[in-house]
Amino acid sequence: MSADQFLQYLISGLTIGSIYALVGLGFTIIYAVTRIINFAQGEFVMLGGMLSFYLISSVGVPLAPALILSVLIAAMIGAIMYTLAIRTARRASVISLIIITIGAAVFFRGIAGEVFPWGVDFVRPPYFTGGESISFLGAYIHPQALWIIGTTLVVTVLLHLFLSYTMVGKALKACAISPVAAGMVGIDARAMALIAFVLAATFGAIGGVVMAPLTLTSYNVGFMLGLKGFVAASIGGFKSPIATVIGGLTLGIVMSLAVGVDWGPFSSAYKDAIAMIVLLLILLIRSGRLAEEERAS
Amino acid sequence: MRKYLKSSVILVLVVAMLAIGGMNCTQAPSDVYKVGAVFDITGPASNLGVPEKQTVAMMVNQINEAGGINGHPLEVIVYDTEGDADKTAMMVNRLIEQDEVLAIIGPTRSGSSLAIIDTITTAEIPQVSCAAAIGIVEPVEERYWIFKTPQTDKEAITEIYTYLQGANVTDIAIVSDTSGFGAAGRDILLADAADYGITILDDQTFDSGDTSMLSQLTHISGTDAEAVVCWSTDKESAIVAQDMQTLHMDIPLFCSHGIANMAFIDAAGDAANGVIFPAGKLLIVDEVPASDPQKEVLTNYRDDFEALYGEGTISTFGGHAYDALSVVVMALEQMDEGLDITEARTAIRDGIEQITDFAGTGGVFTMSPTNHLGMAPGSLAMIEIVDGEWTWLQ
Amino acid sequence: MLARVKSKWTYLVIAALLAFSILIPFDWFLGQYTVLMIFIGIFTMVTVGLCLLMGYTGQVSLGQAAFYGMGAYFSAILSKTYSVNPWLAMMMAAAATGAFAYVIGYPFFRLRGNYLAVATLGLGVIIHILLRQLGPGGPDGMAGIPYLSIGGFAFDNYFKRYFLVWFFCLATLFISQNIVRSRTGRALRAIHGSEAAAESIGINVDQFKVKIFALSAVYASLAGSLFAHNMAHISPSTFDPMASVVIVVMAVIGGLASIWGAIFGAATVAILKYELLLGFGEWDIVVYGLILMLVMIFMPEGLFVGLRELFGRWRLRYAQRGAEP
Repeated sequence: MSADQFLQYLISGLTIGSIYALVGLGFTIIYAVTRIINFAQGEFVMLGGMLSFYLISSVGVPLAPALILSVLIAAMIGAIMYTLAIRTARRASVISLIIITIGAAVFFRGIAGEVFPWGVDFVRPPYFTGGESISFLGAYIHPQALWIIGTTLVVTVLLHLFLSYTMVGKALKACAISPVAAGMVGIDARAMALIAFVLAATFGAIGGVVMAPLTLTSYNVGFMLGLKGFVAASIGGFKSPIATVIGGLTLGIVMSLAVGVDWGPFSSAYKDAIAMIVLLLILLIRSGRLAEEERAS
Repeated sequence: MRKYLKSSVILVLVVAMLAIGGMNCTQAPSDVYKVGAVFDITGPASNLGVPEKQTVAMMVNQINEAGGINGHPLEVIVYDTEGDADKTAMMVNRLIEQDEVLAIIGPTRSGSSLAIIDTITTAEIPQVSCAAAIGIVEPVEERYWIFKTPQTDKEAITEIYTYLQGANVTDIAIVSDTSGFGAAGRDILLADAADYGITILDDQTFDSGDTSMLSQLTHISGTDAEAVVCWSTDKESAIVAQDMQTLHMDIPLFCSHGIANMAFIDAAGDAANGVIFPAGKLLIVDEVPASDPQKEVLTNYRDDFEALYGEGTISTFGGHAYDALSVVVMALEQMDEGLDITEARTAIRDGIEQITDFAGTGGVFTMSPTNHLGMAPGSLAMIEIVDGEWTWLQ
Repeated sequence: MLARVKSKWTYLVIAALLAFSILIPFDWFLGQYTVLMIFIGIFTMVTVGLCLLMGYTGQVSLGQAAFYGMGAYFSAILSKTYSVNPWLAMMMAAAATGAFAYVIGYPFFRLRGNYLAVATLGLGVIIHILLRQLGPGGPDGMAGIPYLSIGGFAFDNYFKRYFLVWFFCLATLFISQNIVRSRTGRALRAIHGSEAAAESIGINVDQFKVKIFALSAVYASLAGSLFAHNMAHISPSTFDPMASVVIVVMAVIGGLASIWGAIFGAATVAILKYELLLGFGEWDIVVYGLILMLVMIFMPEGLFVGLRELFGRWRLRYAQRGAEP
């Protein structure tokens, strides 16, 4: 592997890792605030991309407004999902909530496959700033990939500032640390949960919107994206946005380099399995601490 | 109260039993020629299945408006397999047992076709598959009832390798997906390369549904490969084309016949230009000379289909369905009157096997007891995408 | 599920249902639904394992399709490639799958709730990829799997296999019922009520959970083997992660901790999948999604169980009204 190639693997790893990071942020926020794993997170990503294509090509909205509108619509869907599906299941057991979010995921996927005019075909929204790749120290990077990486960084920084310096943000963090204590100082858990879902949907959709021009999108991309994003979040320990992003980037780079190394079981056919094995190892290694956390909530 | 509940349940059950038994005893014979079809109308291969379904609908209308087959109206019952092998088996069973069709066309994909070989053979009903794998019709002694119309992967790859050999290319890289189609293509690419003096320097794979092939292509660009052969469906192939362009890989890209529709060109955009792939002559019908036996069929199919479904919508997949249904219709036309279902199915099978020099959209077909595909050589064209259009590479 | 006083009417209903079921595969009766009924029988076996797991351990497994697939592939490979007697192959597959589940059960069940669910999901993905890459025939699957047979009598058509599958299905259900009513069952109910309390009276909670997990794997494996010997062809796509979700749908409809409800869950999904939602494209998964959400929001014990309770309450109210002068 030459230096150029290594850099190229790094760049592709960063690109795909940023995608996983954006998906993972959604998992982290919801889990931290509500202790729910939202299996529908990947679908928010899918919806972002699909909606942007719909608005641009079928409705004729110009690029920038279409992107913003897609994210807003997805955020609304997140709010509706929380209000109708999660909040109504009061004091539901963990299995119930898991199944409810799976149900929502499957529901979104099916609807996406049916209501858009292109049905189950794949689509590609236009590149934001063209398709001519840029040369960088002997490697190439697609301009859309720069958008993806850049957006992830910006979103992470904004989220970090939001959580640390705004009232709402600090309230969210309080819930994450201890829902009981937060309740005692007057923080409304349900409002916080709603905000968490809206934020998660927003980030998911932003991810979807910025990656769809590069990765193409269709109604069924949500599942694997969600799974990989979950791995990213679990590497980050579901703690902070920054940890999640590091988790995502790590995962992306590892998977990219695995292809580059091309050794034995690390052939490209097994890379998804490798991601899952990484996940299982993390879960099992941390299982003691995770069990305590579950019991505490 | 409880005992009334129980006795009414018993009563309902008994009445249901009698009613159902009674219903199934009387079956009126019908004037209609019923043919069954199973296609992947939804699911990952829907861009193949939908044009197949549309083609069948178009043909049934045309045939019935012209008075049917020897006066009998034609009905094609189409079921969606949803890309699911088990569902395919269920639907095929339903067509055979419940709908009592005379023949079956489809399924769309090789995996499903292979899955139903047993069912078709046991039920003794003729089937014309629209899928690629050669295992569907070979060994022919064990495929008495099964035919197919699309070219096999082997024929497509032969075209590519012959072209490469003619261009003095000796070192290539291959990249394929892990689905049945991709894996089958990869096996043939690996097995046949040496016959054309070709060495495969790199063998990369990706999963259907993967969103970036940059890593695999980066690996390939580290070799001295003179060309890349990509064996996958249109979505992933488009990403491969795009990623190759991102990496400024100047070597030519050859794809499978899986990209034989506009969706590939739309998705790959500028990166589609220069891509070469083998496909039926349908895509370059205007360049086909008038002396070619397929010219008339191709032109008519293209004109009729696009009149119904819009410009630029034709694909070779719909063409496979056209060929499949055509051979069944031809056999029906030769069939005697008044046969019962078993006799009819046998007659249709025999009729298909005797077809000679049928100019379809995919090629010219001559079936025989030893060849249930019967596609004449030269049926495929090498096509290059230039300025977003298909052009024939002679 | 306390023992009810069985009147002669109960026996008559059961006899009528039995007669009805026996007649189904006959052509002049409901023969066209034979294949559907075979699928329902097989699905029920997979489902009841998950029902027990969810009902008595309070955990969900999103990877049951892995065991279903392992059962199918092991049995198919042993009987086709190694010419092992299909019955033996089936038993060996069940033993191997059960042992595998038992071994991974201990580390897995140290996780709880969400994390366990995701771990099982990951397991499902891994097994699916392994089946696809390493299984004979790769992604297209393998064909030519031999039928089961007793002596010279081979189960070579759907009619015969209907009885075979339902024999196994009913046996599974009866065995499950016995387990639930036995000491093991009481221990399980204690765990379901309160793990801490159960621990305090000396029940090894973790071990029971792992045993139930292994049992659910064995059921799924048997179902998978029957599936393989029924279809004569299997492909990895049948055992993908979405299949695990569908199994959860069936369990949710059937009812957590419900045994006979599993038939209801399996039947609902099978009828939706192969009859009612034909040609509706992706609307079928929209319906699954709605079912999952609505049932878990309003009837978290499962649909069948919830309906049974509703029915019971309605009957009670009716009886009370009848009792008033």
